[in-house]
Amino acid sequence: MTEPILELKNVSTVVNKGTASETTILKGLSLKINPGDFITIVGTNGAGKSTLFNVIGGNLIADAGQVLHNGHDITHQGEVARTSFLSRVFQDPKLGTAPRMTVAENLLLATRRGQRRRLRFRGLKQRLAEFAQLAASMNNGLENRLNTATGALSGGQRQALSFLMATLKRPDILLLDEHTAALDPHTSATLMQATNARITEDHLTALMITHHMEDAIKYGNRLLVLKDGQIKADLTGAEKANLTPEKLAGYFE
Amino acid sequence: MGLITSSIGQGLLWALLGLGLYLSFRILNVTDMTVEGTFPLGAATAVSLITHGVNPLLASLVACLAGALAGLITGLLTTKGKIPSLLAGILTMTAAYSVNLRIMGNKSNLSLMGQTTLFSNAFLKQLPQYFDSVVLGLIVIAIVTGLIVLFLNTEYGQAFIATGDNPAMARSMGIATNKMVIFGLMLSNGLVGLCGALVAQSNGYADINMGIGTIVIALASIIIGEVAFGELTLGQRLVAVTLGSIIYRLILLAVLQLGFSANDLNLISSIVLALCMMLPQLDKILNLKKPILKGVATHD
Repeated sequence: MTEPILELKNVSTVVNKGTASETTILKGLSLKINPGDFITIVGTNGAGKSTLFNVIGGNLIADAGQVLHNGHDITHQGEVARTSFLSRVFQDPKLGTAPRMTVAENLLLATRRGQRRRLRFRGLKQRLAEFAQLAASMNNGLENRLNTATGALSGGQRQALSFLMATLKRPDILLLDEHTAALDPHTSATLMQATNARITEDHLTALMITHHMEDAIKYGNRLLVLKDGQIKADLTGAEKANLTPEKLAGYFE
Repeated sequence: MGLITSSIGQGLLWALLGLGLYLSFRILNVTDMTVEGTFPLGAATAVSLITHGVNPLLASLVACLAGALAGLITGLLTTKGKIPSLLAGILTMTAAYSVNLRIMGNKSNLSLMGQTTLFSNAFLKQLPQYFDSVVLGLIVIAIVTGLIVLFLNTEYGQAFIATGDNPAMARSMGIATNKMVIFGLMLSNGLVGLCGALVAQSNGYADINMGIGTIVIALASIIIGEVAFGELTLGQRLVAVTLGSIIYRLILLAVLQLGFSANDLNLISSIVLALCMMLPQLDKILNLKKPILKGVATHD
């Protein structure tokens, strides 16, 4: 039995504490994520999917319970500190990249994710060839726009760039927060294939929230259904392989 | 001719203010009102030290540090105290007024008459009239611009730019954005403090009210530079700020020649800045020809 790379123990979160609108979002949620897991997560709005990501990412500190990384308690570690082993791609293409910096400059920033940034020359030119090769793996022409301000890219290219930035320096945990949801079906499918290829080839440990039932079933080795702040179903192997969107929808009731 | 030389000299000295504000306003995306207090703080610190016999170069550097300290306070108020940056700047600016009076020994005006300043340098003294400001301004601006460009091209500098461009993304890349904001405000206000020290030595006095309108002057340098020169690289943009500062002084000179008094300057500064900032909008409404605008940046 391998040790989980990340573990949540009885995690609860409360919003609007001490007011009339106090609500518990995650309700004693426990989850073990093993190295190499590619977990897809589905659930209705308000089920706690984003809150789960925020607790894992350190944007939100759990009100009860524990978060462990390789067995170490990181429950109270902040977002910036966790970037040394964790990265994230957001749903909104505008959130993941710096619009006035070029594609190459954005990638360069990502090479030092979670590391000290020194008063040393940035050394962009030496890495351009490497970045071009990396960008080409996204199959959307990003490699021809390395010196373009990111704000001038299409949503699909920006999101592909965000994904590259999140995986350029290998993370222990990769969080994909509906990262293809804002794109048109074709672009979304291209990015999803590139995502899957990268995760599989590099044996990354990843969690992906999606509203796309087919994607949730098709990709990954494990599927979680979240409902009312708890894990309603945790499906792997044949159980996951034999799912249909209809059967999956049944878990929502 | 003398008046034009004088304006260019003033433009160069005051360009430091524009460069300082560029770091906060354009790069960090913060409108920092602190500068209205930092500018006279730098002036008061330098003049007070010089009248107490301190070497003028050292006095100017201490003025720079005093400015950085004011920036630190605004930075802490806005990051740790969660006070909106505009209000945090106003608080520091207001507090600085009292501090400045203390530094100036509770006098509203402190003269440098008969004191040794940076302008007492033998080389500067032998230059034709007004060229001392031009030469000293050029030296200081060249050094400061060069250092800023070098800094922005370091790993740390890139993280600084990213913080202003997209703070959420910067944090997700492990950049401690609060520290960056504090650092940027210190750097920015340090330059503004130094500018106050230089302008006071050029004028021959420090005045408690010399900060009024400085934010407008700084913004005018930045915006005029952008409107006049359009899309540029980061390094070129910094040079454009200095050129904008000189153009602004020449506009003021022209306006004074038209018969306005020096008392009208704040009104005129505001009108110039307002017009420049409205140019993209006016362009839409009046359909001005693009060549007049020479390409006001459309993407940022």
